Amino acid sequence: MHVKLDTQNCQAYANCLLTAPEVFDLDEESGIAIILQENPPENLRAVVEEAVRSCPVQALILEG
Amino acid sequence: MDSVVVVGASLAGLRAVEALRGEGYDGRIVVIGDEVHPPYDRPPLSKGLLTGATDLSAVTLRQRPDLAVEWRLGERAVALHAADREVLLDGGRRVPYDGLVVATGATARRLPAVPEGLAGVITLRTLDDAITLRRELAGRPSVVILGGGFIGTEVASSCRTLGLDVTLVTADPLLARALGPLSAGAAARAADHGVTVVHPATVTEVRGHDRVQEVVLGDGRTLPADVLVVAVGAVPATGWLRDSGASLDNGLICDAGLGVVGLPGVVAAGDVARWPHPAFGGAPLRLEHWTNAAEQAVIAARRLLHGTAAGPCAPVPSFWSDQFGIRLQGVGLPALADETRVIEGDPAGDRFVAEFFRTGELVGAVVAGAPRALLAYRRRLTHPQRVPAL
Ligand SMILES: Cc1cc2nc3c(=O)[nH]c(=O)nc-3n(C[C@H](O)[C@H](O)[C@H](O)COP(=O)(O)OP(=O)(O)OC[C@H]3O[C@@H](n4cnc5c(N)ncnc54)[C@H](O)[C@@H]3O)c2cc1C
Ligand code: SF4
Repeated sequence: MHVKLDTQNCQAYANCLLTAPEVFDLDEESGIAIILQENPPENLRAVVEEAVRSCPVQALILEG
Repeated sequence: MDSVVVVGASLAGLRAVEALRGEGYDGRIVVIGDEVHPPYDRPPLSKGLLTGATDLSAVTLRQRPDLAVEWRLGERAVALHAADREVLLDGGRRVPYDGLVVATGATARRLPAVPEGLAGVITLRTLDDAITLRRELAGRPSVVILGGGFIGTEVASSCRTLGLDVTLVTADPLLARALGPLSAGAAARAADHGVTVVHPATVTEVRGHDRVQEVVLGDGRTLPADVLVVAVGAVPATGWLRDSGASLDNGLICDAGLGVVGLPGVVAAGDVARWPHPAFGGAPLRLEHWTNAAEQAVIAARRLLHGTAAGPCAPVPSFWSDQFGIRLQGVGLPALADETRVIEGDPAGDRFVAEFFRTGELVGAVVAGAPRALLAYRRRLTHPQRVPAL
């Protein structure tokens, strides 16, 4: 499982880190999400999928 | 279960379909939606789509290619025959189901004082509404907005970005429901950005022959208007369920797990659903927030497949609103509060953190410019019964 962020698109809604703080953080200066674990472990799949869906601008992409 | 019908082809409907497939359901799925557009995102309609910052093409919701859905777009459900497990469409066709997801959302509330069909008078709920409004705004009109909720203030903000003259008429203080006593900060921000806020006031008459010309207020004052945006809230789209046997009371009444009360095999999600949230005193809630629709859809889909074993619906309500250069973000239900504490910044400024309490207990938090601060509040408000969605 691999998570990618479209940095052009990210609008700092922070929904992703509210949903999966283990995997996402937010740089408040730049207003762009930070991916803490680009290849999160499989046991986080459910919460990562929820985080990807929770992004209002669809800036997160999950592969694999 | 071999056949699931979803009525409402928007955020909750699409997310329900994704969740059904995600849970391994591989039977038939029919989605009925009365708009001709494939599922799209509403938040940009009052924001980027009006200012031009968001492209028309960017509002469509991304869809996984493997959903295998029969879309019936541009078709309207007019009745539910629950005993026969059939949805009746406009035109008389019947669509049978084993399981039904009601995701018909809400429609813009109308006001008796505002005549229907007068050119220049607009409510904002659908993409077509937004396209009409955008076209009207291109003529550089003077704009009167009726209603000081999220959509009214966001439209005011977008109009100011376009450099238009804007007057916002509101009966309640600006954003009172979301911000309570911090409402004064929002009003100050709107005024700073050149919006004339008229409060408290109501509209008693709208004048104009071919199109709107002026608006008459309760105290007799008149305001010239080339465009009147009516943003006085939304009503749940339950008209088609009138004779279905469902309980309708400011929404479709559901149990704690989003099963529709009285109708086996039927669940609901999104703006249409009213259910007892196990936190917040168990009072029946109906939320009109993007995140709620997305989260409920997952819970409703599981309920349909797994019954009450799927557990209760207990997400932490959360919302955002972009306006006048800031993003307000909140969690919980600030509207319940009897006490508000600003613990950081100034509610009229670019950055603040505010906590909301009811009888001493945290019920919500609202921030601007500090999204990370919400994390801790969300955690504190998480109900122990919350089951992580999918
Ligand atoms: C202009 C605007 C801006 C917003 N901004 C924000 C924001 O910034 N943040 C936020 O959190 N929330 C925002 N929201 C709220 C958010 O968009 C809603 O909570 C969300 O759209 C609810 O999704 P839903 O699928 O439940 O309902 P809806 O999106 O209302 O979709 C219901 C669908 O069902 C269709 N339908 C209704 N009746 C029938 C029928 N009988 N037969 C067939 N189809 C039917 C409707 O046409 C519609 O397509 C905004 C809403 C609007 C209108
Ligand atoms: S939810 Fe989306 S927009 Fe928001 S911070 Fe995460 S990736 Fe960025």
